[in-house]
This record gives sequence, C-alpha cells and structure tokens, in this order.
Amino acid sequence: MSKSSSSKISETSTIDINDLFLTFETQSEPVHALSDINLKVDAGDFVSLIGPSGCGKTTLLRVIADLEKPTSGTITIEGKSPHQARLDKLYGYVFQTPALLPWRNIESNIHLPLEMSGYSKSEQKKLSQEYLSLVSLSGFEKKYPWQLSGGMQQRVSIARALSFNPDMLLMDEPFGALDEITRDRLNEELLRLWEKTQKTVVFVTHSIPEAVFLSTKIVVMSARPGKIIDVIETNFPKDRNLDIRESKEFLKVSQIVREGLKEGHNDGS
Amino acid sequence: MEANRFFSMLIGGTIGPVVILLTAIIMIWYAGAVYLNSSFLIDRYEKNNIEWTFSELASDSWSMERPVLPSPHQIAKELKKTIWDKKITSPRSLVFHSGVTLSSAMVGFVMGTLLGIVLSVGIVYVAALDRTLMPWIIASQTIPILALAPMIVVVLGSMGITGLVPKATISTYLCFFPVVVGMVKGLRSPSIILVDLMNSYSASKAEVFWKLRLPASIPYLFASLKVAIALSVVGAIVAELPAGAQGGLGARLLSGSYYGQTNLIWAALITASVISATLVTIVGRMERAVNNRMGLQL
Repeated sequence: MSKSSSSKISETSTIDINDLFLTFETQSEPVHALSDINLKVDAGDFVSLIGPSGCGKTTLLRVIADLEKPTSGTITIEGKSPHQARLDKLYGYVFQTPALLPWRNIESNIHLPLEMSGYSKSEQKKLSQEYLSLVSLSGFEKKYPWQLSGGMQQRVSIARALSFNPDMLLMDEPFGALDEITRDRLNEELLRLWEKTQKTVVFVTHSIPEAVFLSTKIVVMSARPGKIIDVIETNFPKDRNLDIRESKEFLKVSQIVREGLKEGHNDGS
Repeated sequence: MEANRFFSMLIGGTIGPVVILLTAIIMIWYAGAVYLNSSFLIDRYEKNNIEWTFSELASDSWSMERPVLPSPHQIAKELKKTIWDKKITSPRSLVFHSGVTLSSAMVGFVMGTLLGIVLSVGIVYVAALDRTLMPWIIASQTIPILALAPMIVVVLGSMGITGLVPKATISTYLCFFPVVVGMVKGLRSPSIILVDLMNSYSASKAEVFWKLRLPASIPYLFASLKVAIALSVVGAIVAELPAGAQGGLGARLLSGSYYGQTNLIWAALITASVISATLVTIVGRMERAVNNRMGLQL
C-alpha cells in the first residue's frame, strides 16, 4: 500500500481509449471484434462492460491488459502504452476461472506474482496473510486449491490479483461460474474491497443486476461488430448492500441498461 | 454358512482373488508341462518298450533335465540354486548377472530420461524442432531394436567402446521415446488461461517454464518413466544377446538356449520380470511421494 494517491489524480484518465478497432483475421472472413471504441475510465471508477456474448467485452478487457493488440486506434493506461502498463504491473487480472496452480497451496499461489516482482520471502508471507484476511480466508494458507469451493478459489484469485498492489483490477466474468447465492455474497464482498482499496476496477459481466449493483459506470455493448451503445453513470451510496436491488432507483437503472442491450440487439440483427 | 463366509472371503478381499489366479496359473502351467513334454517321453517309452501310466508320464514330465517347458518347482529350484546357493561373485550366480543387466539398464534409463526431457523442451520451445525432430523420433522407434542392437554394439565396439556403454546406449534408445512423447504433452498441458495469467505478470520465458510448464508436466513425466524403466531392462537384455557378453541376464538366456537348459532360461526370464516389476513399483512410489509433496490428488 505504498503507491501515492497523487499519481491517480492526474489530468489524464486512468484508461483512455480513442477510436479503437480490433479485427481478427480468420480463414473465412475477418471478424470485427471491436469497432470504434471510445472510453474514458477515471481513477477509482468501477466500470462494468456488459453485453451479449460475442460483443467483444472480454476482448476489450484483454486489450486493456495487453493480452490482445488493437488493429488501430490508441489506448493509454495512466498515460502509458498497455505494454508498458503490463510491464509496470499496473493491473491485476481475475479470470473467468480461478486459474490457481494446483500444485501450489493457497499461500504459495498468492506468492506467484510476488516472486516474479522480487519481493522477499518475508514480504511475500506478510502480503499473503494481509490479502487472505482481506478476502476472509485467513487460516486457509496451507490448503490446496482442490480443497476449497469454487467461490473460495475465486476469492483467492482476487487476493492474488491485489497482492502486489496494482492500481487497477481487471475482472473477466469472475463470478460467472458460481451459483447465485455465492455470487451475491461475493458481489457484496467485492464492493467492500473496492471501497477499502480504492482500486480502479474494470469488470466484464453479462448480468444486469450485477453490473448495476457494482458499478459507477456501466458500458453497454453490442455484438457484430462489437461496439459501445451507451455509457450509464450510477450514483448509489458507497455503503450499499444487496437490499438496494429492490429500490426504485436500482430498477430504473436496470431498465435503462436493458433498453440499451435491446437496442444493440435490434441494431445487430 | 461357514462355507458361504469362506467363499465370500475368497472372492471379496484383495488376497483371495490373487491367490485364486495364481493357483490357476500354476495348475495350467503343470498341465502345459505334461502336454508339451509328453511326446518326447512317450517316444522314449515306446523305444524302450516301457509300460507307462498317466501318473508316471506326469511325474516324469515334471522332472526332466531338459524339458520343453519346465514345471514351476523346477524353476524354483533353479532360482534357489543360482540365487541363494551360489556366491554373488560366481559367474553362475543370477544375482551377479542381474547386477550386470541392472547397471546398464539404470545408466540407460537415466541417460534416456535426460535426453527425452532435453528433446521435449526443444520441441516445445523451438518451432523448427517441432516440425523437424518429431518425425525422426517416431521413425527411430519403428526400427526393430533387435535389428539395431547388433549394429550399435559393432559400431561402438569398432570405436573401442565396449562393456556397459553400448548396452546402456540401447536402453537409452528405447527409454527416451516415451519420455519425449509424455513431456511434450506435459509441457503443453497448461491451459490458455494459466499462460495468460503468467503473461499478465509479464513473466519471462524462463519463469513460465520453471513456474508453470515444468510443474504441470510432472504427472506426464511419471507416466512416461514407468514405461521407460521397463523398457530399459528390455534394452539391456537385448543388448547382451549379440554382444557375446560374458555377463548379464541376456547372456544367461543365450547360454541357456545354446545348451538347451530351459530351466536356466526360465529362471533368467522370471528374474528379469521381477526386476522390471520392482523398478516400476519404485517409480510408482516416487510418483506418489512427489504428488504428495505437490499437493496433488491421487
């Protein structure tokens, strides 16, 4: 927790995407995965990318993470290229599956990124303790991934992504494979984490309630070509809990998102 | 009631079925010995005008000096004679010959494993090697080892290399193949997500290898090692056949067949299979120990 917050309050946005296109060349015909993407994400934002499958929301996240290269357009992360941002370890990535190494115990899984960033053994130990307690998994250090439930594994994966204190958390449908009860609980937990750590979060989902509950900004996307239909800002209290899903305001925002998705669908067909 | 319980104990436990199977094999073996040895004995009876009964035929066929198929107790006697009664240093001791075979098998196994690992890393990391090397590796195993072994022995012999090295080379030749095939698959086994995870940390190629690909390949390596270690014994024995070697189980097999000493051949064969089975078991134990250390199930 050493990075100063002043770097986050700069004139440029944390993520700045301009006129970005990405086309996959396939054998039959080119696939326009991303088309004319313009997006700004500010420090501390919780941005959800929502849309039907094939709309390029995961691809967009992967472009931000420099796991995919755009065909044209510009993207900067804290003023740097995505490649530099990756080298500087500015983000932690949470995948659809927990992606834990089965031969490492929980503690040692969290040490993985720390080992590669040159943290000392004692620092690794301290950080894994700290972040495991943050995701309420203290005491599970010596367990192996297969001994934990899916929800617990995904919490380990979040702790691992946070352990080296990156500015951003990139999450690709992290709770998609979980049952609804676990998912709800983890949504609340993630909200609390976000509030506590002040990270910038980009979160891919195809669940409207999840997007509305978590986000400060909801980016609605449509498929073929993958493009942004609408960006909806929300203004819910920071200390909200799941009860808010019954509120008029929540239902109104959900309705706007649903309309946006429908509009995108009509455009596409 | 009692009989019922006895019966269920016999087929229900782990020892019961093994005992039943073993008994069946031994009975079939004794019957086979009578069947295969009888024509020679009957010929002899008729030549000498000897009256014979079936029980005489059976007992004679189980105690011939050079039977077509020796009976189990004859082999057991031969094993006792050549393992317990002879000094280990004696050229008639099977322990001595086993040691000779085992040493070249082990050297071949270690070299084959190392060669296999090195080749698999090359194949996984260098695209050109993937396309050029793999066909040769597969082709190498289509040549019968029995045809190749004498050439290796002769070629190395002409270079002044004799003794253990040519034999170990043939074991190596057999061992490296399952290791290459298993390790190539193992090194490529990590899912795309895990590779992406490493990329998201800007991991170097070396880090991806040591922290992801190599540990992921360990279960594949052990599956290969079990095949390889059994092949290493086969390789060493085959190598001893053309070498005119003085020592080794292969040499024993050869001299046994020269002099028609089937008891000796079978004793050597059984020793070889016990050695192989023991080695495979040891690799299995190592596998379990490593899996425990790595926290993997099974």
